[in-house]
Amino acid sequence: MSDHELRVSKIRDGTVLDHLPGGSSLHVLALLGIDGSEGTGVSVAMNVPSDRMGAKDVVKVEERELSQAEVDVLSLIAPRATVNIVEEYEVREKKRVERPESVTGVLACPNSNCITNDEEPVETRFDVLDDGVRCDYCETIIREGIADHLDVS
Amino acid sequence: MRQDHLVAAGQLSRADVERVLDRAAEFDAALDGGGPLPARYPETVLALCFYEPSTRTKMSFETAMKRLGGDVVDMGGVDASSVKKGESLADTVRVVEGYADGLVLRHPREGAARMASEFVDVPVVNAGDGAGQHPSQTLLDLYSIREAAGLDDLTIGIIGDLKYGRTVHSLATALTEFDAHMHFVSPESLRLPRSVRFDLHEAGAQVREHTELDEVLPELDVLYVTRIQRERFPDEDEYRKVAGEFQIDAETLEAARDDLTVMHPLPRVDEIDPEIDGTDHANYFEQAHNGVPVRMALLDLLLSNDE
Repeated sequence: MSDHELRVSKIRDGTVLDHLPGGSSLHVLALLGIDGSEGTGVSVAMNVPSDRMGAKDVVKVEERELSQAEVDVLSLIAPRATVNIVEEYEVREKKRVERPESVTGVLACPNSNCITNDEEPVETRFDVLDDGVRCDYCETIIREGIADHLDVS
Repeated sequence: MRQDHLVAAGQLSRADVERVLDRAAEFDAALDGGGPLPARYPETVLALCFYEPSTRTKMSFETAMKRLGGDVVDMGGVDASSVKKGESLADTVRVVEGYADGLVLRHPREGAARMASEFVDVPVVNAGDGAGQHPSQTLLDLYSIREAAGLDDLTIGIIGDLKYGRTVHSLATALTEFDAHMHFVSPESLRLPRSVRFDLHEAGAQVREHTELDEVLPELDVLYVTRIQRERFPDEDEYRKVAGEFQIDAETLEAARDDLTVMHPLPRVDEIDPEIDGTDHANYFEQAHNGVPVRMALLDLLLSNDE
């Protein structure tokens, strides 16, 4: 997309998340714990036309540099995401999401009888499979709709 | 075996299983009057924390520990313990850890034993976690299969409640280590859960699923029958739809091989007609008796600091 087509302006410092699946950006923000309460700028463009993806979402988060671990968690719902770290309006670093071996405290187990859904002092932990995730406690596998199980505030 | 805990059958390699079974055979022989026990654990205390009813598992662990020269402390029923006051499992096991050298846990929620094992340093044995796993039952099942039919080139049929039956989940996982041919027979609504099918597929297991027993019965070396787990159904109507779906009686077994071994983790309701009990097919009471030597062997390997 050329500059004159930009739907939201360039950011000076922060992180640009591109190639998010169309309509996923609110889940992405929830996953990253970004709700605007910090007072820094957050721009969201949803269902932007994309040659590669048909429609994509783009999120620009000002004054925040995402870590590789945060980026990797994104792989659960946005496996083709690209992450640009911006400094002084220039892309300083490009990151690709990589699937982590496991994710902790990010997803709620859909099995209501899982011990993680009881009143116990334990965080959920899921092993990441090629095509889904698996609860480390009750072994329930989630393949479809992983974003529906996000448990982040 | 160098395991700190036994929470799921998937932890066990073939070598681990064979080591437990070989050791169990030594204890079995000793208990039958064949000489002194190969190991003893005087002054060792095993804690029994059973949040769900149990007869065989609890009593056989208690017997096993006492036969080894040790003792047990029993949390008692949930109603008689601080669980009634709202104490978390994590707190309970951390307290009990201070009283005992090992902990046997049965709990209605899946994943309870794994979580408990993360809060304590003493060995934790999963004696059943909801509809999850029951790996010590699997060890005695494998011991019984080895005694009755052998574990090599085994063709086994597993019938009944494959969805909620935790003994099935653990047994199926463990049998992948022995390249068994596995036939699963159940109503569509009670087929194996996705996670177990995933593990079997990943292990390259030889698996077929059926809705009728007669499709496969003549091929079987072992028929492992399970109870429909009424207590795990979300509602009674769903249970009624499948209750009594499979009943094994003498007429059923006319199509079976003469040397078919019929097993059941017990308790049974009406899955196996008592007329089978006196036949050469019936192995389930022997299977239950094997709980003591096998659990002695398991405790021996968990409590010894053997590398």
